[in-house]
Order: sequence, then C-alpha cells, then structure tokens
Amino acid sequence: MAKTVVVTSGKGGVGKTTTSAALATGLARQGHRTAVVDFDVGLRNLDLVMGCERRVVYDFVNVINGDATLNQALIRDKRVEGLYVLAASQTRDKDALTQDGVERVMTELSEQFDYVICDSPAGIERGALMAMYHADDAIVVTNPEVSSVRDSDRVLGILASKSRRAEQGDEPVREHLLLTRYSPERVNKGEMLSLEDVGEILAIDLLGVIPESQAVLNASNAGVPVILESESDAGQAYDDAVARFLGEQRPLRFTDVPRKGFFGRLFGS
Amino acid sequence: MTRQSETTEAALEIKGRMMTLTVMRLLSPSVDALGRAVESRMQEAPEFFRQLPVILDVEAVAESDLHLDLPGFVGLLRAQELLPVGIRGGDERWQAAAEQAGIGVFAGGSEVPASRRSEAPAPAAPEGTPSTVITQQVRSGQQVYARGGDLIILSSVSPGAEVLADGHIHIYGGLHGRALAGVRGDDTARVFCMDFHAELVTVAGTYRVSEQFDEASLGQAVQVFLDGGDLRIEPLPGLGGK
Repeated sequence: MAKTVVVTSGKGGVGKTTTSAALATGLARQGHRTAVVDFDVGLRNLDLVMGCERRVVYDFVNVINGDATLNQALIRDKRVEGLYVLAASQTRDKDALTQDGVERVMTELSEQFDYVICDSPAGIERGALMAMYHADDAIVVTNPEVSSVRDSDRVLGILASKSRRAEQGDEPVREHLLLTRYSPERVNKGEMLSLEDVGEILAIDLLGVIPESQAVLNASNAGVPVILESESDAGQAYDDAVARFLGEQRPLRFTDVPRKGFFGRLFGS
Repeated sequence: MTRQSETTEAALEIKGRMMTLTVMRLLSPSVDALGRAVESRMQEAPEFFRQLPVILDVEAVAESDLHLDLPGFVGLLRAQELLPVGIRGGDERWQAAAEQAGIGVFAGGSEVPASRRSEAPAPAAPEGTPSTVITQQVRSGQQVYARGGDLIILSSVSPGAEVLADGHIHIYGGLHGRALAGVRGDDTARVFCMDFHAELVTVAGTYRVSEQFDEASLGQAVQVFLDGGDLRIEPLPGLGGK
C-alpha cells in the first residue's frame, strides 16, 4: 500500500507543481517507487516541469474513462529509476474527475507504488478536493505573505473535514508546512512574513523552507525537477525537505541573510 | 461514495449525537443492597428519576458475580420506573448478561478512578447551560457556534474564522478572526482571549472592527464586554496585560 501525499495550497502560483516534481524525484532517488499525478485537469503543467511533455500519449482522464490502462498512461522518467508521471488532460475540465474514477485509479496506483504524489490544482473546488481526498499526508505549500497564509489555513480546515480520513473517522491527515519563495533579506526589511509569523498562524509541523531562487525558474523552463540541480540553494533545500519527510533530522538552511565578505560590504550588494 | 438517490424521500436518518446521560455506578455486588439504595433514591426525588434513562457503570463490581443477577436488577429498576439503557465496563460475561437483559453495552470504562467513590449516581443532568470545548485550531473559513452556552477554545482562531456563542467565549490562544458573544442577546456575555488580534468582536450585537481597536490592546490578554451599551476592550485584570 502506497502512502498518498497531496501537495496543496489553496492559492495559485506558490510552487505546488515545482514541489510535487521535486518531492517525487527526491523520493524516487532514495529508492522508493513513486508516481506523481497531475490533478490540474485543463491546465496541465506537471509534465512540463518534469520534462516529459512530448511523451504524453494517454492521460489521467483517459484512464478514468477506461480509454487506456494505467500502465499505458504512466510515463517513466528517464533520469531517475522508479519515477513515473501521470499527466492531466489539457482538453477536459475538472468535472472529468469522477469520485469513483479517481478512487479506482488511486487504488491501482497504491498497489504498484510506495508513494503517490498528488499535485493539486489551486482553489478549493472539485479538482482540489479530489486531489486531497485520498491523502495520508498533506504538504501545504505557502509563500510568506498574508493572502497565501490565509488560503493555506483554509485548506487545512478543509483537509480536517473533507478528506477520506476525516469522513471515515480515521487518524487525521498528517499536515506539513513547506514555506517557499522565502527571502531572508525581504523578511528583515519587513516586506515579507517571517518563518515565525507563518508558523504561529498555521501551527503545523515545518517540513522545510525553500529560498526564492532563480534556479527554480531555470529548472522549470528546462523541464528538470529543481532537486536535481544539486548545486542550487533551492535544490539543496528540497533535498533537505525530502530527507525530513522520510524522518531524518536536518537543520534549516537558507533562512538567514548570508553574511557578506569584506568586498561585499565595501561595494554593497 | 454514491450519493443518496434524490428521487426517493428518506424515511429515516441515522446520526451520531452526543447526549448527556445519567450514569448509575454500582458499588455493591449485593442485589438486595442495590435494591434498597434505588428505592430510597426514588423516594427522595421521584419526579426526577421517573422514566430517566440511565447507564449502569459496573466497573467497580466487574469482578463480582453480580452479572448473574443483571437481568433481575434491570427488571427491578424498570419496576421503579427507571429506564436502564445499557451498561458500561465489565468483560464478556457482563456483555452476555446485558444482552440477556435486553440492554446495550457502551464502550469505554468509567473515567473516574475507582478509588474516588462518588456517593451517588450523577444526581442530575448539569444545571445551567452546556459549554462547547474546542481543542483544535479554528481555521480560516470555519465557523463554530456554541448554541445555548459558552464556547471554550484551547487553541487559536485564525484570520477569516468565526466563533459564536450564546454565552461567553474563552480563547486560550490568539484571536485573529471574528468572535461574537451573546449572539441571542445576552448583554452580560464576554469575550476573553490571551492574545488579541481580532478582526471583529461583538457582544449581543454591539460590534467593533479592528480599525477601531486601541493599538495598546493588540497582542494583549483582554476581555471584551458591554458597559451600558458601550463595548469595552480591557486588559485581563489577573494578568495585567502581558
């Protein structure tokens, strides 16, 4: 039985797809068979970030409708062993995600994999509810700004009431906070909420802090999960987050303003 | 996960509900002693006990052979116009006896340690208003209403969340959302919180939004109450602010 993880946020553009791609890649790299599923039907993106957009033949909706088998639709990643992508359909909308159909696909995936990562669409409507329904764990991706924090809070409330675990009265979904696009300089200037501010409002376990980084955009454009850019700060931060998700203790990095050397101080940044 | 068909009208609905029930703790294994005790209780307050549903807590006598007499004891209670509905505690022998006596079995034993002998069955359903206790964070978009009583929140209320009570509201964490006390017009209701950052507070319909708050009250432990139609936000005296 796989562990099902939803990557969600409420708000759009905070880094759900980047995180889904990085997390899935990181887990597979540690030897866990991992599938990453794009629930954003109609706004298919995950395949771009994973760099497999030219190999999509069948998608999630095809499998739900019985037009293709799951194994026909799963796209094997060429870089990391044991990593598979299930792309969303670009031509359909969220209504194509039927409850029974999603349940059937999730059950089949969980028989084959160790981890199933569900990349949730933004919002709190059907697509997002479907993505979170089967979750055992939830990674709530939040930017350090008030609107993102409020939306994440809303999503946490929905997770606690509308997930399968909540409906069946099982142990609640384990919630993890991933703070992305964090800029210590801007926090110090008071332009961004600090880690402490966000932690106080959301009050859930912190999985990691991903710094604002040019590497994320570059990697997305190149179709490479940023965690594979092991020289980059964001790549290393994601690697830490995956290790923590698997139970390892690692200190937080990239949360303080880097100290400038003599010349840096002399010439400013 | 199919939805209930909407063409047929539901004839019944099954729901879980929390109810207050009287628990009768059996402390003596002797049916005679129990019978006498019940009789004297009934004489004290016959109107109160008449047709009162009770649960028999058998934890204290679980080891005895009283279970053999359970059907008889249930009959005795019914003769006294009490309504035994089930037992709590005891092993399989007790469960079998309960089945024989035609009453249910409630899961979970007594929370009161056996050493703390309470003299009587819970004498009455609690007088006054019932309170609602919330241990989890109240998150944005959620609404919690304590109907007919106080609301006690052990964590924080997030921005965009709303908590309401007919009575007082006590918040042992931060209040970042909206708190409405005395929503059915009780103007003596108050809001208490340990860390005040509310969006809006009202008592019995008199409200104030965060724009109108005194800066000095923010982040403090405060109480909000009505003083002759005027809504006041004051530091909690015992804590002297924070």
